[in-house]
Amino acid sequence: MQYIVRSPEAEHATSTGLNNRKLLMWAFLGSDAMFFGPLIATHLIYRTESIQGPIENVFNIPVTTISTFVLLMSSLAMVLALAGIQQGKMGMFRFWTAMTALLGMVFIGFQMFEFTEFAHKYGLTPRTNLFGSTFLTLTGFHGAHVTVGVIWLWSLLFASFRGKVKQENSLDVEIAGLYWHFVDIVWIVIFGVIYLVGAYGVEERVLNGAHALAGLGG
Amino acid sequence: MATNIAILRRPLDPTGAWAWITTVDHKKIGVLYGLSAFAFFILGGVEALVMRLQLAQADLNVVSAATFNQMFTMHGTTMIFMVVMPAGAAFFNFLVPLQIGARDVAFPRLNALSYWLFLFGSILMNFSFFTGSAPDMGWFAYAPLTGSTFSASSSVDYWILGLQVMGVGTLAAGFNFVITIINMRAPGMTLMRMPIFTWMTLIVSFLIIFAFPVITVAITLLLFDRMFGTNFYDITAGADPLLWQHLFWVFGHPEVYILILPSMGIVSDILPTFSRKPLFGYVTIVLAGAVIAFLGFGVWAHHMFTVGMGRWATSAFAVATMAIAVPTGVKVFNWLATMYGGSIQFKTPMLFALGFISLFMLGGLSGVMHAVVPVDLQHQDTYFVVAHFHYVLFGGSIFGLTAATYYWFPKITGRMMSESIGKVHFAIMFVGFNLTFFPMHFLGVLGMPRRIYTYAPDMGWSGTNMAVTIGAFVIAASIAVFLYNMVRSARVGQPAGANPWGAATLEWSMESPPHHYNFAVVPTVRSQHPLWDEEANAVEPPPLPYVDESSIHMPSPSYWPLLLALGVTLVAGSLLVWQAHAIAGLTMGAASGALALISVYRWVFEPPVAAEVAEGAAAHH
Repeated sequence: MQYIVRSPEAEHATSTGLNNRKLLMWAFLGSDAMFFGPLIATHLIYRTESIQGPIENVFNIPVTTISTFVLLMSSLAMVLALAGIQQGKMGMFRFWTAMTALLGMVFIGFQMFEFTEFAHKYGLTPRTNLFGSTFLTLTGFHGAHVTVGVIWLWSLLFASFRGKVKQENSLDVEIAGLYWHFVDIVWIVIFGVIYLVGAYGVEERVLNGAHALAGLGG
Repeated sequence: MATNIAILRRPLDPTGAWAWITTVDHKKIGVLYGLSAFAFFILGGVEALVMRLQLAQADLNVVSAATFNQMFTMHGTTMIFMVVMPAGAAFFNFLVPLQIGARDVAFPRLNALSYWLFLFGSILMNFSFFTGSAPDMGWFAYAPLTGSTFSASSSVDYWILGLQVMGVGTLAAGFNFVITIINMRAPGMTLMRMPIFTWMTLIVSFLIIFAFPVITVAITLLLFDRMFGTNFYDITAGADPLLWQHLFWVFGHPEVYILILPSMGIVSDILPTFSRKPLFGYVTIVLAGAVIAFLGFGVWAHHMFTVGMGRWATSAFAVATMAIAVPTGVKVFNWLATMYGGSIQFKTPMLFALGFISLFMLGGLSGVMHAVVPVDLQHQDTYFVVAHFHYVLFGGSIFGLTAATYYWFPKITGRMMSESIGKVHFAIMFVGFNLTFFPMHFLGVLGMPRRIYTYAPDMGWSGTNMAVTIGAFVIAASIAVFLYNMVRSARVGQPAGANPWGAATLEWSMESPPHHYNFAVVPTVRSQHPLWDEEANAVEPPPLPYVDESSIHMPSPSYWPLLLALGVTLVAGSLLVWQAHAIAGLTMGAASGALALISVYRWVFEPPVAAEVAEGAAAHH
């Protein structure tokens, strides 16, 4: 019996049958979850620790619900873009890729509106209090992730016009999609845990003045 | 690409300086990591010697208190992030593809990027010595003391930004090795046939990709506090004074295992070779490594027993800390059982491996003592703790990495290291090590605190401190012998041949040093000890089928990893410039950001194998 067989056929296949780059994206997303984890945890630990306002009473839940819906719909568009390129329908791929990127940009627009309103209407900046530091850093990093995704999607779209993204390498689109959906999921967590939980009963906390919040509501 | 200007044409010449600078070959990158780590080892060692001169006797004035603070901070940071981690990475790089039967890592250019980020991040942090603001707050940089209120100079910023750049490189390396080991194994190389060193590399890589994001967050928040006025660590804004400690040690304790597990893997590969016996309890050793890594995320607060976390948290972390000693003990017993009844050859790698086991065990025993909270309260911040972690990090990690150097040097260079000089090296280093660090236990119990720059003559510490200082210089002498042995052996050492030690694993099946493509034909593996089984069953390795070298397409060298790393490092540097001069900083940031962005795009659209090479090979067929 031979213990090391050397044969030319054994090349080019991966051990798991999965593509290296796809596995890389999964590993990166696992790692990225460990990046958002401490940011979310820090926000939750500091939720009731700000010694001056404003706090979660600045949230505009209806508006953020719309922007959340926009981001969710971008995931749907992403799925359709991937389906397009996998079936070789370049028109479908290009339309839905552009749509995904545009919806992502609309979401960023909402976030810029939100940050601006917080600053001007309530005087809330990252320097104001613990709430401002943790909330704006967390959502700011999420926004940066969306921005990277938007740039990535436009790059894929332009590369497709130069013939560099085709049906054969639909994996490039699939990997971008994995990233996009992950960033979406992180937002679902942020919307649920930071916005909805944060806004729940916030008036009471403000009225009771548990932490002597000053200057609430601007 | 037609737009290529001549200077950025891909350097396809296999030799010369540019071949090293633009290399994506895992073996060359491994050598670069090793040489850089050794250079930083000397730098960190000099920092230690300065400290030992200052502490040799009471009331000395060799350096100022401020310089002393810089020395212990940079000694710790250097040894952890610029020596032990990259030295481990040197062996990951060189060995893992050879041990699993791959021609390279999964992402060769990403691998080059990891190296350059490590090197440039290290240089960025050490650059602070020239601006007179070297980090001086201890390697764990406790906030709020490192906030701008208490640390106004840019020393903390250098530390944060240097570490941030290195951290990105480390994360990239972690991803690369996870994917390489999971996905690039040769046919038949099942997970449970992998050499233990590769197993420990896999576990360390998982630790890296889950632990490093946490330190990234911790130092990013600190940077935001210092540069943009946020309040994360600002007590006056209601911040929790323990937030930094928790975030830091959630990273910091897995980091301890990132530092020691590679050496455990090294020793697990060396012991069977020189005991002429298979490793005892292969599966248990693998599982013990995995359990250590898993529990490693649940013991961080044992670094914080004295901060007043309350009884429940303290008890839970004490119990978890005792639990993690169990899989560690399992490994030690497995190593002992591996040697039991074997025909042991005391070659230099084996001596260092035995040194590792004995010294690491002492460090482990003084470590588990700290799981007992009342004992820890006495030892916290004394020299006893310094003794403990040098027994695990020097007696453990460095002895293991030295063993690896002697063991795999023949594979890397094709030449044996001198056995006689190696034994002298071991003897001096073992004596010097124990002379330096064993007396520190006594100093700690006698109450000498860490990080003091001098002490009064009537404390009763002077004689012991002198012994420690003498020991430190004995270690320095042993490192000089080591360096001499490496330089000499690389030039005139005995030719090694494929398998000089009679080892069992795949990396010894090829010529030394290996061809740039590693395996002419990718092997199919049918055993955990393929070379021993071939030998025992008198199987002649079948004659290799003729393979035309030019038909093997290895990834071509590339400038973009280097330029991307440069861009990222300069962006980090521009934040320091920005603090002194806003316009200059913004200009520098924009320019280096553009460099990084262009590098990313050129990298993405650059084929892994240069067009010239691919065409040449196609014409050849």
